[in-house]
Formats: sequence, structure tokens, C-alpha cells
Amino acid sequence: MRSRRVATWLAVSTTVVVTAGACGGSGDGAGGSGSDRSDATISIYVTEPENPLVPGNSTEAGGGRVLEALFTGLVEYDPRTGEPRNAVAESIETTDSKIYTITLNDGWTFHDGTPVTAKSFADAWNYTAYSPNGQQSASFFTQIQGFDQVNTQDPDGSDGPQQAPQPAAKEMSGLKVIDDRTLEVTLAEPFSVFPTQLGYSAFAPLPEAFFADQAAFEANPIGNGPFRFVSRQPSVNILVERYENYAGAVKPSVRAVEMRVYASSEAAYQDVVAGNLDFMEVIPPSALAGRLFETDLPGRSASETYLGIQTVSFPVYDPRFQNPDLRKAISMAIDREAVNQQIFDGLKPPADGYVAPGVPGRVPNQCGELCTHQPERAKQMFDATGFQGPIELTSNVDAGNQEWMQAVCTTISNALARECNFVPVPAFGEFRTAINAHEMTAIYRSGWVADYPSIENFLNPQYRTGGSSNDGLYSNPAVDATLAQADAAPSVEQGNALYQEAERMALADMPAIPVYFQSVQSGWSERLDNVIVDPFRRLDLFSVTVS
Amino acid sequence: MTDPQALGVAGPAAEVSHPTEGARRGGPDRPRSLASDAWHDLRRRPLFLVSMTLIVVLLVLAAFPGLFTSADPNAGLLARSRQPPSAQAWFGYDLLGRDVYARTVYGTRVSIIVGLLATTFTVLIGATMGILAGFYGGWVDGMLSRVADVFFGLPFVLGAIVVLSTFRESVGGAAGITTLVVLTMSALSWPVAMRIMRSAAIAARQQDYVRAARGLGASPFRVIWRHMLPNCLAPVLVYATIALGAFIGAEATLSFLGIGLRDPVVSWGVMISEARDYIRVSPYLLAFPAAFLAVTVLAFVMLGDAVREAFDPKGR
Amino acid sequence: MGRYVLRRMLQLVPVFIGATFLIYVLVWALPGDPFAAKCGDRPCPDAYITAMRERFNLDDSVFVQYGKYLLGLLQGDFGETFSGIQVSELIANAYPVTLKLALVALVIEAVIGLTAGVVTGLRPGGYLDNLVLVSTLFLIAIPVFVTGFVLQVTLGLRWGIIDPTVSAQADFSELIVPGFVLGSLSMAYVTRLARTSISENRRSDYVRTAVAKGLRPRRVVGVHLLRNSAIPVITFLGVDLGALMGGAIVTEGIFNIRGIGGLVYRSILTKEGATVTGVVVLLVIVYLLMNLLVDVLYAVLDPRIRYD
Repeated sequence: MRSRRVATWLAVSTTVVVTAGACGGSGDGAGGSGSDRSDATISIYVTEPENPLVPGNSTEAGGGRVLEALFTGLVEYDPRTGEPRNAVAESIETTDSKIYTITLNDGWTFHDGTPVTAKSFADAWNYTAYSPNGQQSASFFTQIQGFDQVNTQDPDGSDGPQQAPQPAAKEMSGLKVIDDRTLEVTLAEPFSVFPTQLGYSAFAPLPEAFFADQAAFEANPIGNGPFRFVSRQPSVNILVERYENYAGAVKPSVRAVEMRVYASSEAAYQDVVAGNLDFMEVIPPSALAGRLFETDLPGRSASETYLGIQTVSFPVYDPRFQNPDLRKAISMAIDREAVNQQIFDGLKPPADGYVAPGVPGRVPNQCGELCTHQPERAKQMFDATGFQGPIELTSNVDAGNQEWMQAVCTTISNALARECNFVPVPAFGEFRTAINAHEMTAIYRSGWVADYPSIENFLNPQYRTGGSSNDGLYSNPAVDATLAQADAAPSVEQGNALYQEAERMALADMPAIPVYFQSVQSGWSERLDNVIVDPFRRLDLFSVTVS
Repeated sequence: MTDPQALGVAGPAAEVSHPTEGARRGGPDRPRSLASDAWHDLRRRPLFLVSMTLIVVLLVLAAFPGLFTSADPNAGLLARSRQPPSAQAWFGYDLLGRDVYARTVYGTRVSIIVGLLATTFTVLIGATMGILAGFYGGWVDGMLSRVADVFFGLPFVLGAIVVLSTFRESVGGAAGITTLVVLTMSALSWPVAMRIMRSAAIAARQQDYVRAARGLGASPFRVIWRHMLPNCLAPVLVYATIALGAFIGAEATLSFLGIGLRDPVVSWGVMISEARDYIRVSPYLLAFPAAFLAVTVLAFVMLGDAVREAFDPKGR
Repeated sequence: MGRYVLRRMLQLVPVFIGATFLIYVLVWALPGDPFAAKCGDRPCPDAYITAMRERFNLDDSVFVQYGKYLLGLLQGDFGETFSGIQVSELIANAYPVTLKLALVALVIEAVIGLTAGVVTGLRPGGYLDNLVLVSTLFLIAIPVFVTGFVLQVTLGLRWGIIDPTVSAQADFSELIVPGFVLGSLSMAYVTRLARTSISENRRSDYVRTAVAKGLRPRRVVGVHLLRNSAIPVITFLGVDLGALMGGAIVTEGIFNIRGIGGLVYRSILTKEGATVTGVVVLLVIVYLLMNLLVDVLYAVLDPRIRYD
């Protein structure tokens, strides 16, 4: 019954769109002639969104895929290189990396027809930053001047009885709407990477409809992106279709996208092999073993690294792990190449630094010898530290991870002649709770996928004192000073050189051990052509065509 | 269907006359109990002898694994990862380069303990509740059945995660965790045994011999223990022998979730859960522990069959 | 009998309350904070955690939380998930699918199991008996995920007889292979229970009388023997329907069946108390009704059984 209703909806809307297209000529402003625009619907695999579909409140992958199709920010990222380029913004100008003047392009509209103005951005950002609204992405606005007036901290954390005081203001003083097309942003400190950040979903604009009725918006999100929301069936799928008045330079060539939710990734994989599902961004481990996916999907699979790294971190607040020699010894005890070959069939390259390949600003081999397999030197160093007891590694196991962590444990115990145990934690929630509370007693898995392509995003959150993801409470004033200098650098290139220096300094302390660079193996059906998987693991919906 | 004990005379009242009846008496005019009758019967059945042999072999494997292999089941070497069976390693090597044969042998102890103990507790708890519910009926039956219904509804995963996560720290050690796993599985599975026993007890309660026993003034305990139990045992025994294998498999689920037995404890369940992603490339990782599991279940099923037939008063 | 049924229906109420409370407390006792993991690999802002906890009453004591939940439940409000979806919608979508799958599995296991059990029970120790015993062992030893995977790949991908996954509507025809996979372990139980029961009873008086009377074997078995041997099998089938409904996680995952098994499993891992309790409460009611039906069936099958 439900699907018949959906099918009817789809048929009606298809008719409307096709008729309108036929009658109304090209009907859009900026250039895009889209020579391969087809009528096809493609299906891609997503996980069920865990949060309401609001850009400022949805940081996980499932909801992220949907929102990325529905919204376009001031800046977007090139699907091949990850370099930022202007989208809604016509220009972003600054003289001192502190005050930015953002001029918007003309002609951008939301899916309900209302125009995208500077106020749309300012209102959205103020709403997300305002702490009583409880939005997940609030911390992305810390750099804007006046943030501390709209976002107050709970003095004893969310567990304690005390509550955060009411913020003094509802709008950040650093955000000024000059006119409909101009927004002026003043940062608290100079930060050269700010324009790159603007492509992240937290910085998306919101229409008036959001502020009028948020519940209705969550059921039916209205964005300004290349696709508009059609319908959603929980645990089944989310349908979006091409927005004909999209003002971007390029329009998607497919007419609609069905984002299908599967009960397991193995079932989704079987559907890709059979041709019932068009695209799957992460092939499950059972098909990665022995590189089976390459024989199951000849010519329609890809394996590439993306903006992610997998590390194991030390709880530096625990006195047992405070000796940097111990940490370096364990790093040299790990045989990363063997783990890559035997567990991953060579699909996940060993990490040689804290920054993933392909990220603007990265240089290879920052870690040097400390990230290679040196069993004799490791054992010498380890014995000299006098560490007692077995070495324990821990991770959540509801998303895999058990096998490679056990393999890492095996190489460590073989090199150091000390027992190494892997302690599994059943659920990610339990795992993160203990990490957030700084109560870890074992070395824990700590992956990182960048929010935007910049070396800065791999360093500031994790290795700066008080960084939002510095769960191990690592603190090195020299690293902090270098990072601050890099943030304030006059140009991106000079900033990158300083970030690279900070990376080397942190690696010399080894608060976290880089293990491997995350890579994604994607597969698609025979229908798709021109498949590009961008550095965020997404299928590039603008260039893909259906044969 | 008459019960020898109720009439106080050896041998059944009428129907089938056993050819060796006379020779079965322990001595002149001394009736043999059902148990010793059964034992004499069992000793001669090939089914029983074969199954006992298998079980003894398994128990030796469990008690003295070192006799069967000199390799360390936990010594991994990534260079040997997933090498197929060969002369050095009869069952090959697993993902971390550990000897699969050694792991299977050492895993026997834990798997058999888990399977046996979990089945025993489940049957003990379930059968007791079931026979009491079936015998007394009325509000006792109502209360016990409703409690069982609530436990039925409890998702196994939920109960397992809560119990094992909460008490994991306080017990520690391989023996403690194994006990915890056994108790958790029993606590979540007894309703099935209860209902099977209850259904048999309800049917048996209405039989003439039970009424006769009660009429003669036998206490409830005597009625239950001597009259109803031997007649109700069959379906529960069938359930128990198969449940043994199912519990070893359920232990694999717990390992898969990360709350069951963990390194360095090895069991067939752990091996089966680890083989899950590799059945297409290295099927032997799954085949060997599964084969051992099948043989164990076979042994207990045969044993169960033999015991049931020997104890079955209707089979004379 | 009528009074008995009425009494049983009245017992629904305390069980309902007991079950909801027990499940709610168990989910509450799960370790970890559900909102700690919502932000990927970084901790969530305190403001977000505070706001969500307040919205879902997680700051109250477990008794107050349960009270509020129960009040809502009695008004028909099953609550909502952390992502804002109505739990009632999730349940309404998932339950019919699971029910269909469970029924298909039950029918398959009953038909195959009973047939095999009856045939081998009548002729124990024969060639067929041993063959069935070996097949039973296979079914027990091979994990469900292997059976499911092998059937999916062979029938779905290699031979193309079925679709490798089940669509969202989940028609009965699509559920035959998943039903077989789901019922494979229980088939072993049913076969052996039936076999035991039949082989026990085939030597009893009434069977001998019926044969002596000259009745055809089919009638002896079909009318007299089967009816008396059915009780343990019916018990197990009744129990199994409940288990099938609640525990089909692996099968649902393999064939992409959007049923309550996967729903409950995911909700347990993300600590969604409203979803778990809502689903399980309905399950318990199904068990209650199922067990009542089975108990009534005993009385129908065996006239000597009385409840009053």
C-alpha cells in the first residue's frame, strides 16, 4: 500500500516535471546545459539517518548523505582533488584572515522558491551556535567572534546537576548581514583555513520555513541543493529528485536518487552484484577478503584512500602511558605492512603520518622510522621503560575492527615478547562514553575522518591542548604555539608549512599511533557510467550517468 | 499404560511379555528398580556404546589437550595468515596465523563445558518449573507460566548484553566469564524446556496410574518423582540433546557481539564467529569447528536416544 | 473451558506491566550513554546532550521515566526514536513483515519436520532414519548465516531463481527461501520430537487395537497415532513461533527483510528504550495469546486433559 502511494506520487511528479521541462524551455539562469541529463533514477546504499534531517544537527554518515544532496554551501569541494571552490559564494575576500567579506551569487533559491540571502546563512549559523538549541555542530562556530556570548558551557559537564547559564545574546557579534548578498564575518583570531571550512554541512543556509515550523521541516527538509526531498520511509528509503531551478554551475544528470537503507551491508552487496542496487560506497568485509569484490564486480569497483586515518590512541592521562619512549616503542612494534597484506589484502596502506593522502597541505612520511616495523629497537626501548603487565588494546566491535586490532596485538606481542590482549566493547555508545569521560585504561582505537579537506582538520582537533577530539588529554605547549601560528598565517601555503612542522613535533611524542590510512572500496551496477567517488566517499551525483 | 512401581510387582501387568523376563529379576522375588533395569538394557545397546565412546574421547580431548597437539592455540604469526591445511598444520592457519587444529582441540574443553552446563541448568530449571506447573495446575501453573511468558519476551541479545556487561568486571578471569556466559544462556532459555515439560506433565497428570498413585495416598513428591517424571522425560531429553549443540552455537553469537568469551579463551563458538567473513575464501576455518560440533551433538543425541529408550516404561 | 480462557485473558494485565517494566529497566541498565556516540569520532557538545536528555526524560529516575512512558503507552503514544521517527510507525511497518516470515518458517518447519518425523518414527533404525539423523546434524552444526548465504548466492545470484534480497512489501512468495533458512534449526527439533513421540506411541494399546480391527494404516497413523503424539510437537511449534518472531536477526540481515529482529537489535545497540520496549511488549502479548491457543489445543487433541 505504502509503496503504491509512493509510486503514484513519483509518477505524478515525474509527469509534472517532464511536462514543465517540455513546455518551459531551459528555464534556468547560470549556464548549465547538462547534455546528458536523463530521466533515470539511481539507487545508492545509505545507513538509516540517526538524527533529524537538519544540517546543523547531523554529523553522522547516513543523515549526511541525504543532507549533502539537499544543501549546497558557500563553498564546495572538487570531487577529484578535494580542493575548495566557490559555490553559493561569488567571492570570499580578506586582507588579514580575520575579517571575511562574503559576496553571494545571484539566483540561488531554496526548494520552496524563496531566495537564498546572506540572512539565510546568518540565521542558520546563529541558530546552530546558540547553546539552548542543543545542536550537534555548535562547536564549528567557536572561531567566530561573539560565540562565547551565544554558547555557554555547563560548569560540571552534562552529567552534573548544575546547568549552563542562559547565554547573553542570541546572535554572534562577528556575523554581520550587510545586505541581501553580502555577509561579513569577523573571527576572534585570524584563521586562514576558514574559507575551506565553509563547505562543511554545518555552514549550510536555512530557509524561513525552518524557523517557522521546525517539526514540519524535519519531516520535509527544504534546502538549496541540486536535489529536493520527495519522501521518506523509515528503514526503507529516502527519495530525492533533481531540483530544476538549481543555480549551480553544473546540474546533476540523473533525475532522481533513491537512498536505500538495508538491514545489513552484506545484503546490499548482493544487490549490487545482481544489479538491483546501483551504488554502494563501502563494500562489506566478507567481500573484501581475498579481493573477491574485484571478481564479483569486474570493471565496476574502485578502491581509493579518502580523508580518513585509523590510529590507536594512548590515554595520556593514565600515568602508565606517560613515557613517550613507551609509546614510540609500541609504534615500532607494529608490523603495519603485514597487517595491510594479511588482514586487508593490501587495500589499506600503512600510515606514515597523521594526515591522510590527497589532503591539501599534506606531505608524506612525516613519521619516519617511528612508524616502521623495528622489532629489535622496539623491544630494547620497551624493556627500558619497565612497563608492567600485559598490553591491552580496545575498540568497539559493532562495526568490525576486531580483526585488524587483534592482528596489531599479535605483531606487538611477537615483537615485544609481552602478552597483548584485545578487549572488545559491544557498542559504539559504550565505547565513546568511556572515552569522553576520560576513563580509558587501555590503548583505544581512534579513527578520524576529516570534516573538510585541510591538514588543519587532522591536527587541531586532536593534538592541540583542549582540542574538541583530544580525548587522551595530550598537551604540548610547543605544538600548541606552532598550531596557533599556523592558524594565523597570512596565506594557506604558509599556514600549511607550519601545520606540517606541528605534525612532526606531535609525532615525536606519539600520543596516538598512526596505523593505516582508511580506504574505501565502492561498487556499482552495470547501469552506471562516469563514476567518480569523491574524497568524502560519496558518489559524485553531478557527473554520473546512466547507460 | 501401566507402571510397574504403582502395582508394586515386577514386570508389566499384561500386554507384552518380554522373553527374558525371568532372567531380569535381581534375585528370587526381588523386583529391580527402573534404573537398574535401564542400566542392564543400556549396556547391550550398540547405540549407547558408540555414543559413550565418542563422549569419552571428547572428554579426554577436553581434559588433556596437550596430548593431542604441541602447538600453542594462541600463538599468532601474520606471515602464516590463512594458509590452507598442510602437513605442518592439519587444519591450516586462521586469520592471525594461529594453528586451527590446536585451537579446535583446546576449544573442546570450553565448548563442552559451556554446552553441557548450559543444557543441564536449562533443563533443571525448566523441567522443575514445568513439572510443578503441570502437576499442580491452578494458580501455581498460572503464576509459573506467566513468569515464563515474560522471560520468553526478553530478547536474548538484550538480556545477554546487560548481564554480561554489568557483571563482567566483578568476575574476571576465564572461569568467571565462562560461568557467567553459562548462567546467562540458561536464564534466558529455560522457558522452552519448561513448556515442553509442562505439556508432558499435563498429559501425564490425567493418566490412570497417576490417579491411582494419588488415590493410594502417595505424596506429591513421590508421584512426581517416581511416576510422572519417567513418562515425561522423553521430549525434554530430545530437546536437551539438540539444545546442547544450539548452546555452543549461541555462544558464537555472544562472541560475535563482543560480550562472550574473548581472547585468550578459545572455543568452537569463537572460531565459528571469527570465520564468518571468510567462508568464501577459507571455508575450512568454519568447517573444522562445525564438524567437531556436529560429532559432539551426534554423540549426545545417540546417548539421549539410548537412555530414553532404556528408561521408557512403555517400551517393554 | 470458557472460564479458563477468560482467566487467561485477565492474566494479560500483570504480564503486560511486568514485561514492560522489566524491558525498560534492562534497556536503561545498558552501559553507555546513547548521546555520546551521535557525533561520530568526536564528543557531542554538552548543550546537545543536555537538550536530548531532557527531551527523552533521561534525567529522571528510572521509575519516573517508566511511569511517563507507561502513561504515554496507555494513550497509544509509543514515543519516538532519537531521530524523531514515531515508534508506532516503525512497529507498524516492521511487524507484518516479521509475522509473515515467521508464519512461512513455521509452516515449512512443521510440514517438513512432521513428515520426516512421522516417517522415521514408524520405521526407526532404518536407512531413512539414519539419513534424516545425519541431515538433522548438518542443520544443527551449520550456522544460520552459512545456510542463508549459500542459498542466497546459489538460488539468487548463480541460478537467478529468486531475487537475492526481499523487497519492502515482502510478499509471501519472496519469503519462502528466507523462511526455510530461518526454520532450519527448528526443523531438526520438530523432526526428532515427532519421531520420538511416534515411536513411543506406536506400541500402545489403542494402536494395536486399531490395527487388529483392520483399519487401513493411513487411518491408524493419521487419525489415532498422530493425534496422540502431537502434544510435544504442538508445544514446541507454539514456543517457536514466538522465537521466530523475535530472533530472526541474522536471516533478516542476509535477505534485507525489514522486520522487528533487526529493529530491536539496532535499537539495543543504540539504547533506544522506547523502540525496544514497544516492540517487545507486543511480542509478549503475542506469546501469551499463542500459549493460550496451544493450551486450548491440548484439550482439543487429548480429551482427558482438563483445566478446571
